[in-house]
Amino acid sequence: MTPLDLSAAAAAERVRAGDLDAGELWELYRGRAAADDLGAFVWVAEERPGNPTDGPLGGVPVAVKDLFCTAGVPSQAGSKILEGYRPPYTATAVERLTGAGAPLLAKTNQDEFAMGSSNENSAFGPVRNPWDRERVPGGSSGGSAAAVAAGLAPWAIGTDTGGSIRQPASLCGIVGLKPTYGAISRYGMIAFASSLDQAGPLTRDVADAALLLSAMVGKDPCDSTSLGLPEPVTEPTATDLRGVRLGVPEEVFETEGVESGVLAAFEATVELARQLGATVERCHLPHAPHALSAYYLIAPAEASSNLARYDGVRYGLRVNGDADLLTMYLRTRGAGFGPEVKRRIMLGTYALSSGYYDAYYGTAQKVRTLISDDFRAAWERFDFVVTPTSPTVAFPLGAKTADPLAMYLNDYFTVPMSLAGIPAISIPNGLSERLPTGFQLAGPAFSENRLLDAAHALERAIGFDGSAARA
Amino acid sequence: MTDYEPVIGLEIHVQLSTRTKMFCGCELSFGDPPNTHTCPVCLGLPGTLPVLNARAIDFGILLGLALECEIAPRSLFHRKNYFYPDLPKGYQISQYDVPLCRGGRLGEVRIHRVHLEEDAAKLVHLGESGRIHGSAHSIVDFNRGGTPLVEIVSEPDVRSPEQAREWLQLLRTTVRQLGISDVNMEEGSLRCDANVSIRPVGRSELGVKTELKNMNSFRFIERGITAEIARQTALLDAGEPVVQETLHFDPQSGSLTPLRSKEEAHDYRYFPEPDLVPLVVTEEMLAEARAQLPELPAARAERYARELGLADDRARLLAFRSELGSYFEAALAHDGEDPQTLANWVVGELVSRIGDADPAQSRVAPEALAGLVGLLRAGRVTQGGARQVLDRLVADGGDPAAIVDAEDLGAVGGGDELGAIVDRALEAQPEEVEQLRQGNMRAIGPIVGFVMRETKGRADGKEVTRIVRERLGLS
Ligand SMILES: [Zn+2]
Repeated sequence: MTPLDLSAAAAAERVRAGDLDAGELWELYRGRAAADDLGAFVWVAEERPGNPTDGPLGGVPVAVKDLFCTAGVPSQAGSKILEGYRPPYTATAVERLTGAGAPLLAKTNQDEFAMGSSNENSAFGPVRNPWDRERVPGGSSGGSAAAVAAGLAPWAIGTDTGGSIRQPASLCGIVGLKPTYGAISRYGMIAFASSLDQAGPLTRDVADAALLLSAMVGKDPCDSTSLGLPEPVTEPTATDLRGVRLGVPEEVFETEGVESGVLAAFEATVELARQLGATVERCHLPHAPHALSAYYLIAPAEASSNLARYDGVRYGLRVNGDADLLTMYLRTRGAGFGPEVKRRIMLGTYALSSGYYDAYYGTAQKVRTLISDDFRAAWERFDFVVTPTSPTVAFPLGAKTADPLAMYLNDYFTVPMSLAGIPAISIPNGLSERLPTGFQLAGPAFSENRLLDAAHALERAIGFDGSAARA
Repeated sequence: MTDYEPVIGLEIHVQLSTRTKMFCGCELSFGDPPNTHTCPVCLGLPGTLPVLNARAIDFGILLGLALECEIAPRSLFHRKNYFYPDLPKGYQISQYDVPLCRGGRLGEVRIHRVHLEEDAAKLVHLGESGRIHGSAHSIVDFNRGGTPLVEIVSEPDVRSPEQAREWLQLLRTTVRQLGISDVNMEEGSLRCDANVSIRPVGRSELGVKTELKNMNSFRFIERGITAEIARQTALLDAGEPVVQETLHFDPQSGSLTPLRSKEEAHDYRYFPEPDLVPLVVTEEMLAEARAQLPELPAARAERYARELGLADDRARLLAFRSELGSYFEAALAHDGEDPQTLANWVVGELVSRIGDADPAQSRVAPEALAGLVGLLRAGRVTQGGARQVLDRLVADGGDPAAIVDAEDLGAVGGGDELGAIVDRALEAQPEEVEQLRQGNMRAIGPIVGFVMRETKGRADGKEVTRIVRERLGLS
């Protein structure tokens, strides 16, 4: 067994035990990252940083989504408008990781400002899926997902606003966790939609996700909305699901566009859960069908405001006007933002404009509350709600770029949890036509430990083998 | 010609004198080199988040209580979105539909609301115009960006330019007394806009209002509003409508020019700031603020009138300029016999000599002024003599009794000395004496004048009159 075959947690364990040299591990991954031909990285470290390796993360290098600010290291959120931008400070989540012993290996490609489900909206070009290079890795954390799946990085972090960790994890056959909103500080994460953005791990397995999460969580004085978790993250050890009540939303079977292979894998996993001792029943989330519409008003509304600061005045791209402020704004933003970002800025600006606010943004917020209420009602009968993570497996590059609505449907199963601010994890649960499928478990706010335990038990029983993607 | 009544509402921005900015840890500064008090947060760098300054909240509560407002147990911050180079995030964080304080009153003017927000940075336009259009370069100083502000919005209860100025002075004193701001108009820590409309006297519905911006002294506010009332009156008299617009008052020329402001061009797209949690005010915070409230000018004026029997205008003059009130009280501690005379000497004689300066910084010690008023009451010095003593005190300081002796300013005593001079006066002016005997009391003037000349003004006029009556046997 080479170090490449080790999970990150196992590698950290060996480094701490003195059985594996952290420098050797660094060189292995630094070499693989430098040879990346998937487009997964936008920056790779030249030198091994002088981080301590005696922390819980054992010197195992980590890849970080481009939108996390890293002092002195390019941080562009996949956008041309931040061309050449190197922040003077580091995001709290990244500081915590490096402080816990994980050196920064690389910055990963992503959809511009995290807007996208295929990683095709990046100023750096698309990322290829290691399972099939003609297909997308999902998005927006596509670079992080592809890098971990291909063994170019032992583990990675990304951000999830409406599915941007879980969906690419699903399409790349790895584990992706979106924690409870507020579990991890957002300070230093270049914002897409502030009330939804949440950092989280993308890893080979559930134990890795738990370990990486444990290092990142915590209340941060720099983020008023951060809460941390009520108890420390523990190593998941469950091997069965006895006493666990799973709810399967009716909508899974009523929604058009769920691929039959995805549905088959989902039903097989549900059956497996039963065999592990879980009780499984149908549940009803009556407002979930409206989640996507509400999401595509709230997220663009917040984004239209969050992205106002990219005006060419202080940093990043600037295209001068003719001695005229407005022209400078228009040219800079016209040249700096890609079409999907522009589309969402316009959507959001419209949703917030006077005379339309109540009808759009106001109504969307009401729907959001109703969706939270749906989940709260579900927790009276169930421990977790389970769905396929994505309605489809990885699709070919370019297949949906001309049809934004088709692209938005990728988020159908992930968006309700984002709106409710609850934790959800995606684990690989099989292959459909040689491409990975994902299984999503969502639980009540702050139920990360139980959620990881259940995912761990299922993962063991499924026995998914992702090594083909690392070949 | 119709008679019009002005209806004026005021909007005041006050920079709070907290140690640090509203949403970051940068220290507040004035006059430091540009961009030396900045950080990723107040520069609006990508990924940064605001964290509310607890002290600014305390100051806001203190002000709300002083203005008798209702303090919201839970208020919200919104984003006010617009593009401008002095606004690094592309939005200002401000309170909108759920402000910290609502309702209230200061003096005779009701308060509509008081809310917290952040200040913009400072733009300097280089080149010809001094404005952004046509300037060669514009540079931004972010030292000011993010300074905590309170915005105070009055109800349209003000009815004249003079009242606007007086009320703003009361507000400034109140804020200063609370210790929450320097309230210095020249440095921009107090800024005022006015909404002005006029309506025919007796009418209750409001006329079309205009907004006057950026008037940076109390005098300019009064003059700007006066000019705008005149402009609106001329329009209405000529049968032309007043157009709702924002105007800039130029104190140099006295002209009002329409401002092509960001106001008109923009829809601010307010929405709740998702990076902040609601601002919750607890009972403990309220109790702490109440315990900290000093005696405020309006209450002080009322106390002067009630307890010391001062006339309302005197009481207000002393209370609304808190430094005068403090000085008055210090003097009163030395001589509490006659508060009214003492008050007259502070707001009349002393202020006419030292102007707007703080009397505590003058050479006239409070006990010296109190002593002088005591000498006056005892008849040891005349009104005129006392004025001369005050001149000396203002110039050199010192003890009034000593000055009276040294300068020979003491009242010419009653009895023999003054009697002898009066006798000489009667002798010298037989015609006037004759008229007096016939009952024409006006003839006493020249006789008193003679005595004053003889005594260089050190005689007490009343005493002179008494002796004259005595000598001539007039009742
Ligand atoms: Zn700052």
